[in-house]
Amino acid sequence: MLIINCPLCGPRDHAEFTYVGDATKNRPENGDSSNDHAWYDFVYLRDNPKGLHEELWQHSFGCRCFVKVLRNTLTHEIIATGMPKDNLILKEKGLELSV
Amino acid sequence: MFRFQSRQQQRLDDGGQINRLAPINFTFDGKKFIGFDGDTLASALLANGVRLVGRSFKYHRPRGIYSAGIEEPNALVALRSGDRHEPNTRATAIELFPGLEAKSQNRWPNLLLDYLQINNLLSPFLSAGFYYKTFMGLPGWHFYEYFIRKAAGMGDGTKFKDPDKYDKKHVHCDILIVGGGPTGISAAVTAGRAGARVILVDNHPKLGGQLNGERYFLDKKPAHHWVERCVEELDGLENVTIATRTSAFGYYDSDVVNAIESVSDHLPEPLDYQCRQRLWQIRAKKVILATGATERPIVFSNNDRPGIMLASAARRYVNQYAVKPGKKAVIFTNNDDGYKTAFDLARSGVEVVAVVDSRKNIPEHFEKELNEKDIEVIASSVVIDTYGYFGLNSVKIGTLSHDGKTIESNPYIVSADLLAVSGGWSPNVHLYCHSGGEPVYNDSIEAFVPGELSQNGHSAGASRGSFSLTDCLQEGHNIANTMAKALNLEVAEQIIPETNENTIVPIEALWRVPGKGKKFVDLQDDVTESDITLAHREGYVSVEHLKRYTTLGMGTDQGKTSNLNGQAIMAQEKSEPIEKIGTTTFRPPYTPIALGPLAGRDIGLSYKHTRRSAMHNWHKQNGAIFVEAGQWLRPQYYLNEMEQPSKENMDKAISREVQTVRTSVGLVDVSTLGKIDIQGKDSAEFLNRVYTNGWTKLPIGKARYGIMLREDGLVFDDGTTSRLDEFHYFMTTTTSNAAAVLSHMEYYLQVQWPELDVRVTSVTEQWAAMALAGPKSRNVLSKLLPTINVDNESFPFMGVREVDIEGVPARIFRISFSGELSYEINVPADFGEFIWQRILEVGKAHSIRPYGTEAMGIMRIEKGHVAGPELDGRTTAADLGLQKLLSTKKDFIGSKMMDREGLKDKNRPRLVGLVPVDKKSRVKSGAILVKDPTLAPPVPKLGHVSSSAYLSPTLGHPISLGFVSGDIIETTKKIWAVSPLHNENHELEITDPVFYDQKSERLHD
Amino acid sequence: MAKYSIFNIIKNAFNEDKNWARAWRDPEPKKSYDVIIIGAGGHGLASAFYLAKNHGIRNIAVLEKGYLGGGNTGRNTTIVRSNYMLDENAHFYEKSLQLWEQLSSELNYNVMFSQRGVLNLAHTDSQIDAITRRGNTMRLNGIDAELLDEKQIRKLMPYLDFSNDVRFPIKGGLLQRRGGTARHDAVAWGLARAADSLGVDIIQNCEVIGFEETGNKITVVKTSRGNFNCGKVGFAVAGNTGHLASLINLKLPIESHVLQAFVSEPLKPMIDHVVTFGAGHFYISQSDKGGLVFGGDIDMYNSYAQKGNLPLIEEVVTAGLAMIPSLSRLRITRHWGGVMDMSMDGSPIIGKSPIDNLYLNCGWCYGGFKATPGSGWVFAHTIANDEPHRLNKGLNLERFKKGRMVDERGAGPFPNRH
Repeated sequence: MLIINCPLCGPRDHAEFTYVGDATKNRPENGDSSNDHAWYDFVYLRDNPKGLHEELWQHSFGCRCFVKVLRNTLTHEIIATGMPKDNLILKEKGLELSV
Repeated sequence: MFRFQSRQQQRLDDGGQINRLAPINFTFDGKKFIGFDGDTLASALLANGVRLVGRSFKYHRPRGIYSAGIEEPNALVALRSGDRHEPNTRATAIELFPGLEAKSQNRWPNLLLDYLQINNLLSPFLSAGFYYKTFMGLPGWHFYEYFIRKAAGMGDGTKFKDPDKYDKKHVHCDILIVGGGPTGISAAVTAGRAGARVILVDNHPKLGGQLNGERYFLDKKPAHHWVERCVEELDGLENVTIATRTSAFGYYDSDVVNAIESVSDHLPEPLDYQCRQRLWQIRAKKVILATGATERPIVFSNNDRPGIMLASAARRYVNQYAVKPGKKAVIFTNNDDGYKTAFDLARSGVEVVAVVDSRKNIPEHFEKELNEKDIEVIASSVVIDTYGYFGLNSVKIGTLSHDGKTIESNPYIVSADLLAVSGGWSPNVHLYCHSGGEPVYNDSIEAFVPGELSQNGHSAGASRGSFSLTDCLQEGHNIANTMAKALNLEVAEQIIPETNENTIVPIEALWRVPGKGKKFVDLQDDVTESDITLAHREGYVSVEHLKRYTTLGMGTDQGKTSNLNGQAIMAQEKSEPIEKIGTTTFRPPYTPIALGPLAGRDIGLSYKHTRRSAMHNWHKQNGAIFVEAGQWLRPQYYLNEMEQPSKENMDKAISREVQTVRTSVGLVDVSTLGKIDIQGKDSAEFLNRVYTNGWTKLPIGKARYGIMLREDGLVFDDGTTSRLDEFHYFMTTTTSNAAAVLSHMEYYLQVQWPELDVRVTSVTEQWAAMALAGPKSRNVLSKLLPTINVDNESFPFMGVREVDIEGVPARIFRISFSGELSYEINVPADFGEFIWQRILEVGKAHSIRPYGTEAMGIMRIEKGHVAGPELDGRTTAADLGLQKLLSTKKDFIGSKMMDREGLKDKNRPRLVGLVPVDKKSRVKSGAILVKDPTLAPPVPKLGHVSSSAYLSPTLGHPISLGFVSGDIIETTKKIWAVSPLHNENHELEITDPVFYDQKSERLHD
Repeated sequence: MAKYSIFNIIKNAFNEDKNWARAWRDPEPKKSYDVIIIGAGGHGLASAFYLAKNHGIRNIAVLEKGYLGGGNTGRNTTIVRSNYMLDENAHFYEKSLQLWEQLSSELNYNVMFSQRGVLNLAHTDSQIDAITRRGNTMRLNGIDAELLDEKQIRKLMPYLDFSNDVRFPIKGGLLQRRGGTARHDAVAWGLARAADSLGVDIIQNCEVIGFEETGNKITVVKTSRGNFNCGKVGFAVAGNTGHLASLINLKLPIESHVLQAFVSEPLKPMIDHVVTFGAGHFYISQSDKGGLVFGGDIDMYNSYAQKGNLPLIEEVVTAGLAMIPSLSRLRITRHWGGVMDMSMDGSPIIGKSPIDNLYLNCGWCYGGFKATPGSGWVFAHTIANDEPHRLNKGLNLERFKKGRMVDERGAGPFPNRH
C-alpha cells in the first residue's frame, strides 16, 4: 500500500486514489499546425523515468482533489505531495518561491 | 488420565508447556490418537511414536517430521475434510483441537504402500530438468503432460464452497513489532513504557518465541517467568496491543505490513460469531523486525529419513511439548547448537549416543556437562550416511579430511532412531527483503543478514544475526528507545535480565559431506546435491537459474531450510565466495496464506455492489425481468401477470412495449444515466471546451445534445446538457461513462484550467429519472401538470422546465431517445417511486405501460441513435455520422488530434443501417460483414454488425446498425453478414442508419 | 550441440550425469558485432536465434544486465493465445502461435507448450456480443475459436460458480483450443542454447550504460563490461525500454507499470484450462507442477520495481473467489511482479526507430510472453532487411502520430487502462 498525503485530507491509502499519470506534461495551446509535435508529445510521449517521477493522482474516494506526488518509481518511496500547480522538486529543495 | 498417557509412549511424565489434564482426540490417516492441549499435530504424532507422515514430492520417499515450526518442508498433511478440507498444511504449525482429522498426501494407495515409490528407483533418469530434454516427439507434450501432472502436485483441492467467514481489519501504530520472542518482548516493554502506540504480532498461540523451546534461565529463573511478567505488564498498557496467532506475511510500501490472524483455526470450527481468519492491514510509523532465525540442515547421504530432524526441533519437542522424538540419538553439528540439544535430550532421558562435530575443537565450556551426562563427542567427524527405510535405525560416522573433501578413517555404524542436525542458523530476513532491502553475507555466522536499512523497518536480535540471548534482549530495548526518540517520546528504562547462556564459539561452515547416495538439499522438492552440480555443469549457475532449473526453494516453504545450502554448494562448485553468488529474492507471503481472508466479505452476491434505482421495488413487484448494466440492475422488459418467463413471452413483451410507445405512451426508468450538476460563471465556456459543438448561445430553459472527444480525437461520450439558469447547467452522460466523464471534467478544471470558475458534482443518485414517451405523452403530462401549459409552443422540443408535480419539485426535459414525443422527468430520488406510480395512474386512460431496456434499445436502433456498442472508444464523430457536431469556430478537447490522417481516412468504417434481404433473418451483433461468405480465410473484413434488433415491431422486420468501410458504402448496396461461430450467413441491404421518422417530425410534434 | 533425447538421458544416467555439456557458453565479449541485441529475455534471444537461423547473420551479441531470462520472461503467467480482434495483432499473434507449435522440436528443448485451451468468460449480453465479434473475426482470419454456452462451460469446468449465489452469472465464453501455456524459463533456456549453438554470444551481467552516436547512427554500445562497436542495435528490454531509450534521448509512447502474479501451493490436477473472468480482472491456470497460477490487473501507477502492493492482490483474489468459490481455503505461496511496457494503445511497438540503425521491440503490455517466437521472427526480419515484415507493419512507432492506433480495448491514450 502506498500512503499518499493528500494536501486536503492528510495521509490516505492509495486505494482511495485513482492514478492519473505524468504531471510534467503541459497541455499545448490550441492552434495551428506549428504545434503538431507538441500535441503528439502531450498526448503520447512520456519520459517514464526510472527514479523520481512527478505524477498526478485523484483522491476519487475522498475529496476528489487532484494531488501531485513526487515518487520514486524504483522504490515506490513518496518524497512529497502537493497541489497540481506546486513544483515539488523545488519545494523539496526549499527553493520554491512563496507566492 | 494415565490411561491416555499410557498410549503416548514418547511423552515425558513431566515438564513442557502442555496440559496433561486436557487430553485431545484426533485421527491421522483414519487411526485414532490422543494428544494434549498445547500440542501441535506434529508433537502429538511424535508423542504417539508416529514417525512416517508423508511422501516426498518427486521420488515419493518416506518422510517424517523435520522441524518444529513454519519452516517444515516434509510433514505436510491434508487437514479436516469435506468443505473445510485444507491440503498441504504443516503438521508442525497445526494446534491440536478435539476431533482433528488429518491425512497424509501424495501417496497411493496408502502411506506404506505407495506405488510411485518406483520413482525412487528411476531417480537416475529423473535428475534436475530431465523433462526439458525429452517428451518432445510424438504423440506430443499434451500426452506426456497428462501423466506428469498426475504425478506432480501434492494435496487435493476441493470442490466445495467454504462455509467460513473472513474479515479485514485496519490498524495504525507508532511501532509495529514483528515477532514475540525475547527481542520482540524486550522491544515491546521499552516502547510500551515510552508511551508509543505499539502493536506486537506473533504467529504462535503465545509469546516467548525461541524461549519456549529452550531451557534458558533469566535472572536465575526459568525464562517463562520473565515472559509472563512482561506479558502481564504489556497487557496492562493501553498503548500496547498484542496479537498472537497473527502472522505478518508481507512488508509492503509506505511501511504497511499485512498479517493474517488465525482467529479460530485452533478450534474444530469457528464459533457462531467468529470468522476463521482476519486480514490485518497495519500502517506503522516504524517497524521492528524481530523475526528470529531458522536452523538449517547439513547435506549428507540419505539425510531425509523419518527420525532425522533439526537439532533445535528435537530440543523444542522435549522442552516445550515433553515429547521424546527418539530413544537413541546422534547429534550432528558444525556449531554450538548441537550441544544444547544433546544436553536437553539427555536430561529428558533420551540416550545420546554421540555428538558428531565437524569442527576440530570442542568448546571447552561444554566439557563439564558432557562428562556429567556421559556424552561422547566425536570431533572432526561427520555423518556419512543413514539407514532405515521407513524410519532411521542407524547412522554411519566418519572422520573428515583436512580439506573436507574426503573421509579419512574407517567409517563405522551406530544404531540410533533420532539424528538431530544443526548446520547453523539463518536469520529470517524475509520481511526485510519484502520491504526492499538487500541482504549481505556475514562470514562470522555463515548466513545472509540484513544490509542497508530499507524503509523504516529495523531488524533486531536473531533476525539480524545476533544469536546470543543477551544481545537479543539488549537490541530489542535499544532499538525501541531509538525509535521512541525519533517519535519525540521519552526514552524508557528497562533492566535486561541476566542469562545463563554460554559464550558462542563460531560456526565452521560445513555445507555438505562427501559420499554416495542421495543427498537432499531441498527436502520438499527433492532437490539433491547432484542436481545442483548438474546445474553447475550445464551452466545454470546464477542463483535464479539454479532455483528455476532444479526447483530449489520453489516449494511452499520458499526454501527456508534449503536455499543457503544450495547456494553454498553452487559457490563451492564455482570456487567463488557465497556473497558473490548472492541469494534469491524472498517474495511475500512469508508463509502460505489462504485466499479467503484476502477477499474478506466481498464474496458471492457481495462481490461487487449492486446499484438499484429508486423505482426498483416497483419494477420487481410488477413483472420486471432485470438485466445487469454495469453494476446497475435495470428492467429489461415486463411480463404480464399471467406470463411465465420464456423466450416467446420475452419477445411478446418487448414487442408490446415498443408498440405501446410508438402508438400511445410508455414510461421507462432512466435513473442510471450519469447526472452532473455544473455551476459557476464560466460554465458555458467550459462546456464549449468539453463538447465539440457550440454552447455559448444555449438559452436558459433549453437542452442540447453533444458529444465529447478524448484528447486523441476519438469519441468519448454523448449526452444532453441543459441550462437551468445563467450559471447553472445539468449534464447527463451514458450510464457506463458516468464516473469517467466526471473525472475527465474535474481534471481539466483542477489541473489544466483552474482559472475557470466552474464546479461539477455528481448527482446521479440524487435524482430519479424516467422518460415518458409516445404520441400521448403530452396528454399524460398535461394531466400531471394541470396548471402548466405544455403545448408545443410553450414547451417545445429541447425545452426544459422546473415544475412541481403534486408538491414534488421536478425537472422536465423534452428530449427523446426513442424518437417519439418524449419528456424526461427527474425528481429527487426519494420521490421516484411515488411520481412513477402517479404517472402510471394518470396514464391509464391512454393504456400507458412501463417499458424496459430491450424496447428502448430497439427504438433507438430504429431511430439510428448510437449507444455503447457504437461508442466503443475506437470511433470518430464522422464514423458515427456526427461530423456536423464538430464546430469549426472554436477549439475543444480533441479538436487538435482528430484530424490525423488515420482518423480522416475515407475508408474508415462508417455507421450504416442494415436490413436482411429476406426481411426475416435475425442477424447477430458481432457478425462480420464480408463481400462473399464462401471465401476461405483469411477473409477481408469490410465491417461488423454492432447492434441488432431481431424484430422491429414498427417496421415489421429485423434491423441492425453496423459499420461498413467507406469505400464499400460508395460502391455497393448489398453485403453479407457472417457469423462462423454460429455457422450463419445472411445477405443484407445497406441503408441509412435512421430507419424511423427520418425527418424527426414526431419528436418536434 | 549434443542432442537432447530420452536415449541421451538414459545414457548419461549411467554416468551419473557427469557428461552433460553446458547448455550455452559464457563467452568473452568481442570488440565488434554486426548486430547487438540488448536484453536476453525471450524476445532478445528469439531475435538473435532467427537472425542467425533465417538471415545468416552470425556475429551477434545479446547483452543482458542480469541473468538470461531474468526479466518478464521468468515472471509472467505463461499464457499463449492468439485470440485478438484487430488485424494488426491477430495475424502477428497467430504466426507466433504457429511457431510455438513447433518450438520444442525446433529448439530441441521441451518448452512444454501445452495447448489446453484458453476460455474467456462472458457475463452480460454486451460481453457476448463483444466475444462474438472477436470470435468471428478470429475465424475469418483462420484462427480457431468456439463460442460456448453456459451448459457447455459447465460441463468443461464444473468448478466455476454456477450457483444462484453469484453476482455476475456466466452466460457464455469464447474458447481458443489451440491456446494454452508453456514453461517460461524453458523458452529462454531453449532459445539461449539454440542461439548459442549458432554462434551467438550471450553476454550476461553486462549492463548497457550509454551509446555513442555518429550522425543519426549508433556506433558504440557502452556497457559495464566494456564498449562494443556495432552495426545495428535492437532493443528487446520490455519493462525497461523507457529507461534505455532515455540513454539515447528517445521519448516513447510507453509507461512502465508493474503487473503482479501469484501462485498457490502445489495441488493435484484440478484446473485443466486457462480461464479468464469477464466481470473482473482475473485469470487462472494450473502449472504442471500443480501450482495454481493467478493473474490480474496492473497496480496502475508507474513503476520499475519488480514488486507490487497487496490491494491489487486482494482485488484479484476477490474476483477469483467470485469465479471459483472453492479456492477459498487454498493458499498462496508466493507473489511477485514484473515490469510492463504499457503502450498508449495497448499494442506492441516493433519496428524501426527515429535512429537509423536502432530497432525497437517494446510496448508489449501484458502480451509479451505469447509473442516470444513471433516477435523474434519479425524483429529479426526487420533488423536484417531494414524494413518491417508484413506482420509487424501496422505495429510501428509512427502509428500514434498518424492516428492509426491498434486499440483492442478502445481505452485511448491511457497506458494503465489497456
